Amino acid sequence: MVVTAERTPLYDEHVRLGAQMTNFGGWVMPLQYSSIREEHRAVREAVGLFDLSHMGELRVKDEHLAQRVVTRDLARLRPGRIQYAMLCNEAGGIIDDILVYAVADGGYLMVVNAGNQDGDFDWIRAHSSFKSSSPVGGAIDVRVAGFPAWARQGGGSVFNVGPDWALVGVQGPRAVGLVARLTGAAVAEVKYYAFIEGKVADVACVISRTGYTGEDGFELFCGNEDAVRLWRALLEEGQTDGIRPAGLGARDTLRLEAGMRLHGNDIDAGTNPLEAGLDWTLSLDKDFIGRDAIVQARQRGLSRILVGFKMLDRSIPRHGYAIVNHDQRVGTVTSGNVSFTLGYNIGMAYVPPSLAQVGTRFGVDIRGTAAPAEVVALPFYKRPHPK
Amino acid sequence: MADLSGMRFAETHEWVRKDGDTATMGISQYAQSQLGDVIYLELPAVGQQLEAGARLGVIESVKAASDLYSPVGGEVSEVNQDLKDHPEYVNEDPYGKGWVIKLRGVKDNPKLLDQKAYDAFVQGQSGS
Repeated sequence: MVVTAERTPLYDEHVRLGAQMTNFGGWVMPLQYSSIREEHRAVREAVGLFDLSHMGELRVKDEHLAQRVVTRDLARLRPGRIQYAMLCNEAGGIIDDILVYAVADGGYLMVVNAGNQDGDFDWIRAHSSFKSSSPVGGAIDVRVAGFPAWARQGGGSVFNVGPDWALVGVQGPRAVGLVARLTGAAVAEVKYYAFIEGKVADVACVISRTGYTGEDGFELFCGNEDAVRLWRALLEEGQTDGIRPAGLGARDTLRLEAGMRLHGNDIDAGTNPLEAGLDWTLSLDKDFIGRDAIVQARQRGLSRILVGFKMLDRSIPRHGYAIVNHDQRVGTVTSGNVSFTLGYNIGMAYVPPSLAQVGTRFGVDIRGTAAPAEVVALPFYKRPHPK
Repeated sequence: MADLSGMRFAETHEWVRKDGDTATMGISQYAQSQLGDVIYLELPAVGQQLEAGARLGVIESVKAASDLYSPVGGEVSEVNQDLKDHPEYVNEDPYGKGWVIKLRGVKDNPKLLDQKAYDAFVQGQSGS
């Protein structure tokens, strides 16, 4: 059997930079270029450059449809602003965690996880006839050419624009200054979880002040054909900032320190947003798919809650390890690793509510030994001066 | 570049250098590059007896936890204490300051490969 994995427009750049490549969500992506530790440090102390082109981008023009599938009330989201929200199934399970961008031309852009993009697209499309008075009547275009896609008029309520778009993350304390030197746009004025359109290194971009690292910075969307030009310009201009290309390895250790959930690890279709500590992404006063099940789950009471914990010895918790209390298995680690920034080892786990209070101690079964751990508040790491 | 003459390798990617009836072991350059950033090692106590090929501990990188095997039989005489605070030595200098344990009363293991044979073995592995 031949398994083909997709390549981003930056694939040749990664190979040229000597990256170790890995398969992630159906894509061949850089795992690391030099060292995960060094790439992690560059993002915390200077600036790191990420290829995120594997992420999916769905243009949902139909506002009723978007409201129906997303857990958060988008009516309050002004154009140019971004919200983190869930797509849930009827049982309240998390199909995906996404960013919703409110587009000035109407409707939304949804940025979704790489491995979920086809499923998300099918899910949203399957519900596109929900509002029968929808002006577009549920017609679908699978792809649109050009960038940005919302410039295009025409029928359809959901477009998968991802195949034509690249995405580059610029993250770290020096990221804003770096991008500012490459653009005439007032990027420093863009608020956290807001976006503008503008040229960076003469490339037409959607400039989004978002990230998955716990640092300040931008995520820059551009057309596939411009991705190499944008990537190289950022690497070159960033030399004086100490820029490093950073792979998925560092992305994972960074997001874990920032307490950000990874779909497929910490949350999935079998977990609901209440258990995952994502109550704040729910607008239970509006109707959305999964709402009733979530309300019922809350009334019943939760049997498990996602917590952050730190190891009290030097052992490393990993996805799937058991949480033990008085020799009983009581929970499961969903993410765990070293925290390079904090200097100890950290993880997230589902545990019974009785063990979820900060300061509670339990064991992590590491190769048959119950290694001591203590519940701590999420996020593990907060950047010194958030904007 | 470290002097690898006299060093022999296991197919599980550990190296060993004998000196009389004592020996020093660690993991190969290829192994450290495959593991990536080493962050923790779980190592045996001094005095423990190991058979050739026995599991002696665990090496953890950011990516994964992997078992370590003893390339030769013997008694653990010393454990590299520097690796507690500097596990990255295994990446930076796998044949030098990244050594893992020392053994005494060493028994030979005829199955070990010399550097040339090990390099060919690694080529075959990464090529397949």
